[in-house]
Amino acid sequence: MSWGFLRDLLSGVNKYSTGIGRIWVAVVFMFRLLVYVAAAENIWKYEHDEFECNIKQPGCKNVCFDHFFPVSQIRLWALQLIIVSTPSLLVVFHVAYRENREKHNQKLYRNPGKIDGGLLCTYLISLILKAGFEIVFLVLFYKLYNGFKIPHLVKCDIRPCPNTVDCYISKPTEKMIFLYFLVATSSLCIILNLSELSYLIFKYSIKCYLKKYMKKQQ
Amino acid sequence: MDWGALHTILGGVNKHSTSIGKIWLTVLFIFRIMILVVAAERVWGDEQDDFVCNTLQPGCRNVCYDHFFPISHIRLWALQLIFVSTPALLVAMHVAYRRHEKKRQFRKGDQKCEYKDIEEIRRQRFRIEGSLWWTYTSSIFFRLIFEAVFMYAFYFMYDGFRMPRLMKCNAWPCPNTVDCFVSRPTEKTVFTIFMIAVSSICILLNVAELCYLLTKFFLRRSKKAGNSKQQPNHENKEETKQNEMNELISDSCQNTVIGFSS
Repeated sequence: MSWGFLRDLLSGVNKYSTGIGRIWVAVVFMFRLLVYVAAAENIWKYEHDEFECNIKQPGCKNVCFDHFFPVSQIRLWALQLIIVSTPSLLVVFHVAYRENREKHNQKLYRNPGKIDGGLLCTYLISLILKAGFEIVFLVLFYKLYNGFKIPHLVKCDIRPCPNTVDCYISKPTEKMIFLYFLVATSSLCIILNLSELSYLIFKYSIKCYLKKYMKKQQ
Repeated sequence: MDWGALHTILGGVNKHSTSIGKIWLTVLFIFRIMILVVAAERVWGDEQDDFVCNTLQPGCRNVCYDHFFPISHIRLWALQLIFVSTPALLVAMHVAYRRHEKKRQFRKGDQKCEYKDIEEIRRQRFRIEGSLWWTYTSSIFFRLIFEAVFMYAFYFMYDGFRMPRLMKCNAWPCPNTVDCFVSRPTEKTVFTIFMIAVSSICILLNVAELCYLLTKFFLRRSKKAGNSKQQPNHENKEETKQNEMNELISDSCQNTVIGFSS
């Protein structure tokens, strides 16, 4: 069980997406998942070992690290990737439900995978949830770490540290560069989701309006 | 999820590439991605652990390492490879879109569609012309730009491509100027030069492919222009034939009418 599962899930979703949805899947694959696995994971790999405090007091380093990093940035990143990809499952389930219904009864839908009717609602809800989760995680990152900057020095005075002690974080510049990259790709994904939402709402309102107009004409 | 997934995605693009494009893809996978994963990552694996500074001051090593390596070589290469592979996705998407359109035509039962079944559409290889030519050419152009930008960023950040053995650091909290020693500098220099050399080869391949596509485009245009010049002569010949036939028919009609009347 690894990221391969998420990759397969997203490939499955790709079939029932619009053009913008496919671009979103490509962005998530290439710029978030691949960057995470190939580059970012290794930067945070030894963060605890390399976190150094200017003191010999046993336990001080552990306590200070725990205080400044309640949840490691890399774990938050992984959680974000998983939770943001999950709403797409709603669409997959709905299509599977439609196909299941068709198996037991006669042909109900022209094409179970086409985005119309109930599937359109599910799709729109999944888009809203995706954008919502992205925003929640970005806000969480911002609040937990006081912005997206990583200082190279933090001052810690929690017991058992005897006084205020200087603690040094490893690779702060590299971590900051990748955090900014994370923020940029998240923002891009939010923009893609919102554009897809507006595009679908616009398209189907026009369709609805035209249908009503044609009926009136008749 | 790893480089293997990228290989699957780009492998699909391989079918619709030119020969130079196929060579580029091979060079990318064998000499860059594989070397990165199999060798380079091991060389840089212990980079911070074995970065040693001549001081016992806690924190000095962390700060000096961060000062000299704002972003590690290995991460820069990984990002470069990801960015350079991304334009190929544009081509993959375009091909997928065309296939989708042909499948739609086929399903509608369009008589214009010349395929026998859906499998043939799936297996078909599209020629690089029309809008696909533009997509393909822009993807090569973007690839070139990304390669150049990353190579420049590399040169700018590390003042060249050599890894020095010793770096002098006096960032706080280091008490004075302190000597810091990089682990495996020669091996790192060798791999850096290798990766830069392969990047340059990839840039040359991309430039060659771009020239080839432009040449093909202009040759095709001049052929079309040549063809359209010839065609009016053909049309003239046919027109004159038709005119002669019409004259014969009208003459014979007149004769019959005259003959009838008399």
